[in-house]
Amino acid sequence: MTGETMGSSPPIIEARGVSKHFAGVAALEDVSLQVGAGEVVCLLGDNGAGKSTLIKLLSGVHEPSRGQLLVDGVPVRFREPRDARSAGISTVHQYGGTVPLMSIARNFFLGAELTKGSGPFRRLDLDRMNAIALSEICSLGVRRVTDAARPIGTLSGGQRQAVAICRATYFGARLLILDEPTSALGVREATTVLRLIAEVRARGVGVILITHNAHHALSIGDRFSVLSHGRIAASFDRGERSASDVVNLMAGGVELASLEQAPEPFPRTASA
Amino acid sequence: MGPMDTNNEGAVRLAAAADRSRIALILSRLMRHPEFGALVGTLAVFAFFAVATAGNGFLAWRGVTGWLNVAAELGIVAVPVALLMIGGELDLSIGSVIGATSVLIATASGLYGVPLWISIALAITLGVGVGLFNGVLTIRTGLPSFIITLVSMLALAGSALGMARLLAGTPNVSLKVEGPLRAVFAGRWQQANVSILWWAAVSLAAAWVLFRTTFGNWVLATGGDARSAREAGIRTDRVKIVLFILTALAAVLVGIIQTMAFNGGEATRGQVYVFNSIIASVIGGVLLQGGYGSPIGVAFGAATFGIVNVGIFYTGWNSDWAQLLLGLLLLAAVLANNLFRRAALSA
Repeated sequence: MTGETMGSSPPIIEARGVSKHFAGVAALEDVSLQVGAGEVVCLLGDNGAGKSTLIKLLSGVHEPSRGQLLVDGVPVRFREPRDARSAGISTVHQYGGTVPLMSIARNFFLGAELTKGSGPFRRLDLDRMNAIALSEICSLGVRRVTDAARPIGTLSGGQRQAVAICRATYFGARLLILDEPTSALGVREATTVLRLIAEVRARGVGVILITHNAHHALSIGDRFSVLSHGRIAASFDRGERSASDVVNLMAGGVELASLEQAPEPFPRTASA
Repeated sequence: MGPMDTNNEGAVRLAAAADRSRIALILSRLMRHPEFGALVGTLAVFAFFAVATAGNGFLAWRGVTGWLNVAAELGIVAVPVALLMIGGELDLSIGSVIGATSVLIATASGLYGVPLWISIALAITLGVGVGLFNGVLTIRTGLPSFIITLVSMLALAGSALGMARLLAGTPNVSLKVEGPLRAVFAGRWQQANVSILWWAAVSLAAAWVLFRTTFGNWVLATGGDARSAREAGIRTDRVKIVLFILTALAAVLVGIIQTMAFNGGEATRGQVYVFNSIIASVIGGVLLQGGYGSPIGVAFGAATFGIVNVGIFYTGWNSDWAQLLLGLLLLAAVLANNLFRRAALSA
């Protein structure tokens, strides 16, 4: 499903003309954005362009000063991150939001632990937690992980991102906000994460991908919005712009030579 | 010479690598058990004193119960202190809670004839109050718990001493307890104090809570990475407040035990436990940065502490050397803990 077919069902989330002012200074001015099911929308922009502010509005950290958020076409107010989460909107941060010395399974189920027994004998069901975490992670194509009882700190940055993404979808996220998931990763690692995003999209999850790597964005995105000085500088669909166009847009029109190699485009359908 | 040799060499190198990786695997498995290093430490120290005191009675019943008694009273309070440290906070006020508890019980029951169970209930209330104070103030101010609990340590020690002088006219208030309550808190069997059972119970209960319950998972996450824990919906502030209360309650328990064992209360009695509990925790494998450690390991840490303190006496050396030995052990433990942590993350 792409932008054109979205008329049939309302987008999972829509921001309609939202602005955010901090002490009178506009961090975001009249920004609109919509993300449908099974769609990857890339949010591009240089540092300070307003990307973080926008995702904080979408994930309930801040409330917009003006404008409206809609979930499934219905106006909503997110007073705290919990509200966004219960609407199925889940944010995965760059560092993955994991606790290094705890096991993969304990991290996976953190805050939603599985238990067995009752009363004072209610205890963690570690076997089930390990088994489910492992099978979920493998089902999304991360096959390097073979033992969910290992400390998550033994995994690479990309694998930790992958675990965080698996966790979010397992617990019912319909919209994933990924905040710079690839920026701290090497080429191979970044590819793993991008492949995982493709897999998640194929399952009908909407994704907002924040990045300032134009190549990563173009390899996976269905639609693109470039933020600059708190406003949408450009919005376009897949195939409408080249990587160098995008880089220029992000830099506000300044010519910049791209130093990076573009990865292969990812399959548009489920690989399984 | 020639290709054969290089082949052999390659095979040998491969085998060596396989061996190394097998050792690494075994090590990494052991690293998942933070109590492993503490057990090694306890055994080493025990072996050292068994040899150094040969024939002096360190290995006899009297020697064994000697260090077990010391380890027990320290362990009761060190294990909850360790849980708090794993949760990312410190508590320096436990010593004052021990002293204040003993003054409170001895004054109320010894001087005013209040039934013992009521003064025990009062002491428990005091413990909950101090824990709440420490926890809520640490959360609300965002200041290090080191400072907040230093404040409550001073305030409580001062009030306990002041109240004792005001009401009893002396910092030492005597109280003689007999009957079932004495048996529960300060019972003795052939020189072995009943506190050894309390120590075992507290350690096992804490291990169960930390590794087998939801709350324990939250403690590990709170100390390991508070931001991630909060993002996962964990109320890290509540977790910490509960840990502060548990720590203060353990100090109350030691206070009750000491009041009965020593037939009275003394405001300044508990202060040695402040640093000793941190020593036992670190020797027991708890990471000072939080997020890693085991109550069973800390029980071993307390045992090591007891063995050193009592063992020195059996060697006939000046007991001053015990401090030096503990200092060296602490240094070794801190270094080993960091090594373990790195190993746990690399394998």
